[in-house]
Amino acid sequence: MAKEYLTVSNIVGPLIIVEKISDVKYNELVEIEDATGHRRRGTVLDVSTNQAVVQVFEGTVGLDVNRSRVRFLGRSQQLPVSEEIIGRVFDGSGEPRDGGPRIIAHKMLDINGSPINPEARDYPSEFIQTGISAIDGMNPLVRGQKLPIFSGSGLPHSQIAAQIARQAKVLGREEKFAVVFAAMGITFEEANFFIEDFRRTGALERAVLFLNLANEPAIERNATPRLALTCAEYLAFDLDMHVLVILVDMTFYAEALREIAAARKEIPGRRGYPGYLYTDLATMYERAGRIKGKKGSITMIPILTMPDDDKTHPIPDLTGYITEGQIILSRELHRSGVYPPIDVLPSLSRLKDKGIGPDKTREDHADVLNQLFACYARGKEARELALILGEAALSDLDQLYLKFADRFENEFVRQGELEARGITDTIDIGWKLLRLLPEKELKRIRTEYLEKYYRE
Amino acid sequence: MKQGKIIRVAGPLVVASDCLGAKMYDMVKVGQLGLVGEIIELNNDLAYIQVYEDTTGVGPGEPVTLTEQPLSVELGPGLLGSIYDGIQRPLDVIRREHGDFVSRGIEMPALRRDRKWAFTPEKKKGDRLVTGDIIGYVQETPLIQHRILVPAGAEGEIIDIKSGEFTVEETVCRVKTQAGSEVGIKLFQVWPVRRQRRVKERMMPDEPLVTGQRILDTLFPLAKGGTACVPGPFGSGKTVVQHQLAKWSDAQIIVYVACGERGNEVADLLLSFPELKDPSTGRPLMERTIIIANTSNMPVAAREASIYTGITIAEYFRDMGYSVALMADSSSRWAEALREIGGRMEEMPGDEGYPAYLASRLAEFYERAGKVVCLGSEHREGALSVIGAVSPPGGDLSDPVVQATLKVVKVFWALDDQLANMRHFPAINWLQSYSLYRDSLKKYMAEKVAEDFTDLSQEALKILEMESELQEIARLIGVESLSFKDRLVLETARSIREDFLHQNAYHPQDTYTPMCQQYLMLRNILYFHQKANQALEEGCDFKEIISLEVREQLARMKYFPHDEQALLGVEKKIDVSFKELSSRG
Repeated sequence: MAKEYLTVSNIVGPLIIVEKISDVKYNELVEIEDATGHRRRGTVLDVSTNQAVVQVFEGTVGLDVNRSRVRFLGRSQQLPVSEEIIGRVFDGSGEPRDGGPRIIAHKMLDINGSPINPEARDYPSEFIQTGISAIDGMNPLVRGQKLPIFSGSGLPHSQIAAQIARQAKVLGREEKFAVVFAAMGITFEEANFFIEDFRRTGALERAVLFLNLANEPAIERNATPRLALTCAEYLAFDLDMHVLVILVDMTFYAEALREIAAARKEIPGRRGYPGYLYTDLATMYERAGRIKGKKGSITMIPILTMPDDDKTHPIPDLTGYITEGQIILSRELHRSGVYPPIDVLPSLSRLKDKGIGPDKTREDHADVLNQLFACYARGKEARELALILGEAALSDLDQLYLKFADRFENEFVRQGELEARGITDTIDIGWKLLRLLPEKELKRIRTEYLEKYYRE
Repeated sequence: MKQGKIIRVAGPLVVASDCLGAKMYDMVKVGQLGLVGEIIELNNDLAYIQVYEDTTGVGPGEPVTLTEQPLSVELGPGLLGSIYDGIQRPLDVIRREHGDFVSRGIEMPALRRDRKWAFTPEKKKGDRLVTGDIIGYVQETPLIQHRILVPAGAEGEIIDIKSGEFTVEETVCRVKTQAGSEVGIKLFQVWPVRRQRRVKERMMPDEPLVTGQRILDTLFPLAKGGTACVPGPFGSGKTVVQHQLAKWSDAQIIVYVACGERGNEVADLLLSFPELKDPSTGRPLMERTIIIANTSNMPVAAREASIYTGITIAEYFRDMGYSVALMADSSSRWAEALREIGGRMEEMPGDEGYPAYLASRLAEFYERAGKVVCLGSEHREGALSVIGAVSPPGGDLSDPVVQATLKVVKVFWALDDQLANMRHFPAINWLQSYSLYRDSLKKYMAEKVAEDFTDLSQEALKILEMESELQEIARLIGVESLSFKDRLVLETARSIREDFLHQNAYHPQDTYTPMCQQYLMLRNILYFHQKANQALEEGCDFKEIISLEVREQLARMKYFPHDEQALLGVEKKIDVSFKELSSRG
């Protein structure tokens, strides 16, 4: 039986300080019982010979100094897993939320996981067709990649994430597939959108949901994505499934982290976020990937809303340094009614080069992709120039580029929410648009492909 | 061994009492698990320890074992082709023995103890040895001869030297020192990572590190033994630049430190290096490469140690007389590790929360690069070049890590996300970047490449500079209102950018361009410029000049096979085209 302490001396924000302790370990799970008998959980953040700083997940409302009972459980936070976990909905601290029973553990897993040995990693190289041209054609996603969506408030990131979850497939294969969804601090309506969408398409049967909504304790958010990723690791590496993990919204997660750091009076880094935000985010994002010799994989799509659409804000900035690219949504495109409003130029998929080409997509994909980028960039330049000088002042060539940029947005990027475009269709649309331009402008395409596709 | 007792655990920082006698930067084993740590502050009998592994489950009261040794690396045969974590534990062996995830408290020698190496002596009984002398060699890989050096303290006369197959731990040579005692030399030696290895003399770098990357070699060259930094926001291609350097630069040994970056990037190196061939020897690149991988999710304190582990190994190969290049990706992550530990120690923070000693630590690190005369009785030169990536928040170059780095490095390759957005790779901004080696390399280039090499690259830079000025004017009044001469400058600048500077790392031909071809490509572009200028003066039509068919040839030059004749052919075609043009006009 674990010892019980009545020695809480200090309560600050989400933290309590327990005195006169013995045999307490760093990062140990703690149970706190308040005067009414209500139990909540926490972990040890800092431990000295006679005092421990404990972070309380459900917040400290209603706790007092002299009647709170604290028990140290001798282990770190764990998630019980078994095959039964598929199709279930949990709250942000891993308790069932769908009225079902608790999971009978086949295994108990530490939610912090262990880093994958870099030597054991298998390089992601299988193209995932999402059916969205701006992603498949320009910034292809591959299995085992972590590709965040950088959004802003009011932009349709949820719709895009749901569309990816619905349509994603690897060409020519039928495999075990699952979605793990973690919501941190989003509203009921937003969470409900996903649940309804999963239910409608039948995806809910092969999904696991962890929900911490906006009105639920912020501190719990620190555990939510870790629970989800622990579950994903189990599904991928024990049950050989291909898992797509969607995390919304990482901004709220980071804010919860900041709250704890502030309560601990830590020296703040940029914009008040703790100096270890990078490391902390990395310990989650890096859990995506593939392992040599294992069938399953974890592909991750974290979603974050950039405060004031600012890409240099610490959260998108640090995320971009860890993830393998980013999909950036554009308010301008959204305003002009283009769905999905994916801003192709600053978006990037770092793993695309190994995922595309003959046998995977098509031989000319890489060249077409590079050429479309270059032309669209030049077209946008021409558009800016036209704003200053007027369209008539543009050279003939620049006018062509301008036309190209307009049609690119309207025919290539724009598509329906329920439209799943195949990759060959996507590349063919690309060629159709490139034919607007004279052949000698297409410097990034190898001659053999020009002969085969341009001149048809 | 002496033991202390833990009194506090806060993340990677552990405080222990009863540690009197411990020295700064001594290695310790923390807790029952025996996690590896290093002492970073002493206060009476209290030792502050940064722990290189996750401290979950460690608590006050547990023991701390003092090893009384500083954090050191093992240097000897078996390094090449290996992948280590930040404190030189072999990740491949760990995976075989402990599974796909890195667990804690693993103790494992860096060099395999069971493998035998064929040692060929080069000295004989009675020879006198000084520190740094080569006593013999092991052919470690077909590419690299691992020279066995006399470690510090083993100077004297050889009593006995063997030849044959040995493990790293066996004594191959016995030496009688001047004091009269007997010392054995093994195939491996141990060196503390935070101490610079000694050299006889330092020299000025005067040879280029040829990378096959046109913008680097031609416009902003790095010297062998020099230092460079590559700062840029995310997505601007720092890692691709670093990988390209690791693949194609003409150093003999590559040490790649993946410091706090992505696991999949390490997987990429491990996957592609055994298959890529060294351009000069045709052997797999892995045979000359050592990878230190401490990815972002691995313990933060070991990230701090990883660049020291890397540079000590690099110095060791330099001491053998090799040219070594070290890539650190990224030094910002290393600096953040410093900041994190500093924060937990409650140190007074400097700029952006970084500790006040950031700049001096960075300078110390980069100063370990250089072209040197190695220790030993024979004259032997080695070089260690260091290329550090920096990841400033938001790409902001006023970031303290960038600024502290710029104070010490001589080459600055500024990555630009605007260029990256246009998919102009490598996205190195030609207006911001610089190389302070241009002058010292001038002589070498004139002798080995071409007399006018440096002049041509200067001219290219001038045209690019003029382009940026002209573009500003053009934006105000429109391109059409510029003079034809100015418009020609714009056209040539575009050609330099698109046909020369733009280089596709994933294209089999384009990924690497030998030095003399770079020269010919640039010469052709500038030759066209010169001819076009003449033609304009003779009254030819501007539109006709810029629509000459030979310009398409210029654009395709980068895809030519590695053959100088084809490039010389383009020059002839330029002559012919202009002759035709003037005869028409």
